[in-house]
Amino acid sequence: MAREDYEIVMGLEVHSELSTKTKIFCSCPTEFGGEPNTHCCPICMAMPGTLPVLNEKVVEYAVKAGLATNCDIARTSKNDRKNYFYPDLPKAYQISQFDMPLCVDGHIDIETEEGTKSIRIERIHIEEDAGKLNHDEYGRGSFVDLNRAGVPLIEIVSKPDLRSKEEVESYLRKLKSILEYIEVSDCKMQEGSLRADVNVSVRKKGSKEFGTRTEMKNMNSFKSILRAIEYESNRQIDVIESGGEVEQESLRWDDISGKTFSMRDKENAQDYRYFPDPDLVAIKISDEYINNIKSNLPELPDSRKKRYMEEYKLPEYDSRLITASKYLSDLLEEAVEVCNNPKTVSNFIMTDITKFLNEKELEPEEIPFTAQQLGELVKLIDKGTISSSIAKKVLAEMFEKPEDPNKIIEKNGWIQISDEGAIKEVVKKVLSENEKSVNDYKAGKDKALGYLVGQAMKATKGKANPGMLNKMFLEELNK
Amino acid sequence: MQINREEIIHIAKLANLSLTDEEIDKYTNDMEEILTFANTVNNVNTDNIDELASLEENYNVFRKDEVKAFGNREELLKNAPSQEDGMFKIPKVIK
Ligand SMILES: [Zn+2]
Repeated sequence: MAREDYEIVMGLEVHSELSTKTKIFCSCPTEFGGEPNTHCCPICMAMPGTLPVLNEKVVEYAVKAGLATNCDIARTSKNDRKNYFYPDLPKAYQISQFDMPLCVDGHIDIETEEGTKSIRIERIHIEEDAGKLNHDEYGRGSFVDLNRAGVPLIEIVSKPDLRSKEEVESYLRKLKSILEYIEVSDCKMQEGSLRADVNVSVRKKGSKEFGTRTEMKNMNSFKSILRAIEYESNRQIDVIESGGEVEQESLRWDDISGKTFSMRDKENAQDYRYFPDPDLVAIKISDEYINNIKSNLPELPDSRKKRYMEEYKLPEYDSRLITASKYLSDLLEEAVEVCNNPKTVSNFIMTDITKFLNEKELEPEEIPFTAQQLGELVKLIDKGTISSSIAKKVLAEMFEKPEDPNKIIEKNGWIQISDEGAIKEVVKKVLSENEKSVNDYKAGKDKALGYLVGQAMKATKGKANPGMLNKMFLEELNK
Repeated sequence: MQINREEIIHIAKLANLSLTDEEIDKYTNDMEEILTFANTVNNVNTDNIDELASLEENYNVFRKDEVKAFGNREELLKNAPSQEDGMFKIPKVIK
């Protein structure tokens, strides 16, 4: 059988760092970076005799994430200890949640080639992050920095509902944008504040039973996740095709070799011996608490998308892409407030701005100009002060040196020529210099008009008002 | 028997303990007694009783999300057997 005869079945465990000011069980700052072990205290360093106290914001943010992903919120919840030894885990247990997570039974919708698909979410629970091990290039030892130890995380566990790497990407992007919209996590993948474990198994198409799964741990870029899925699913298919059996194990994806490696030896099978943390009390959540958070949830990407299609009359594709980023979506709405022209603002975002971000490998958050400035730019086109080709040049300038577009066009002398006399002069000059095109047009070749307008644009360095040019050429040619 | 030698060896391994043969025998017996004792509790009839999240009746003990920096790294690292550049130095961990 060929690879095409197999179906890939995947589930994701996404870890997202919450953007609280302090850690989950102590008052140390969660700020990224900092000198090693300077965002630490006796509690997050697990000194004997210290006691954890839960940060109220962690519960609030997790409930928020649960509501935004259509979960049921537990009325009673608790923290449990997950026991294992690793030098980045100072207590030798991680405080997590085992059988009574804060949120259960949710779902989010993703777009696939076959239409909208609902991906079920099994649970969302809160837990603490581990520290960081630094390795000495000379192999003299390892160095423990506990600044990240105790930073709050939510773990969002999906059901095995994902069937392709495209679906995994849509799911992750959707989840990321939801978390950004509700402002519980900044989701900076390069800083590790969003990471995913991917459970992969394969089965012959049409088969009802799941194959044996492997779990690829701790990946923090879309690119590695997608590559890892591709590699691991093919590896499993090859094992089965050659008569072998897939072994259930944890794997580490290595970006450099492009392969997965087994992480633990078999006899050390995972045995976390979860038990309730006796240092912490139960969490009880009232209807009032939930309703309060629910009524304060901001508008989510799906709803914004719908609004853009209905109110702004934008295409589905554009609406989906823009709302995927909270930053771009806010940029659009604020610019539209200035210029009241959603179509043009959206076009700028979809073409010039996206192109620029891709070329410079920047995130939308790094766009240097403001929504106000973008709105002003569109207003200048609508007023006829500049042509849309000049507007593109202004936008390029705004990326280099963000300032009021009015100033940019003034400085560069880009103001559009809308003076009838001046335009007539150009039209006449172009007509006299392009006799052949004039004859072509008169012989019925409409395309010749476009060429003539183009020549006039060139002569005015793109500053002539294109509407007036067109009109005047027609007048002259039809005389 | 509720527990055997293999399980004791497994538990010791999870706890990073190395036990002698005599110790394994001793702990197998001790653990057996502990489990027998714990069974008294297990056998209590708990029908119609809700699952407890905690033995503590108190609940919702929270902290405000306000930063209080500890600000004394030296003190935190003071008892470390080995340190370098403000970090705990430990034997090399193989990635
Ligand atoms: Zn701390």
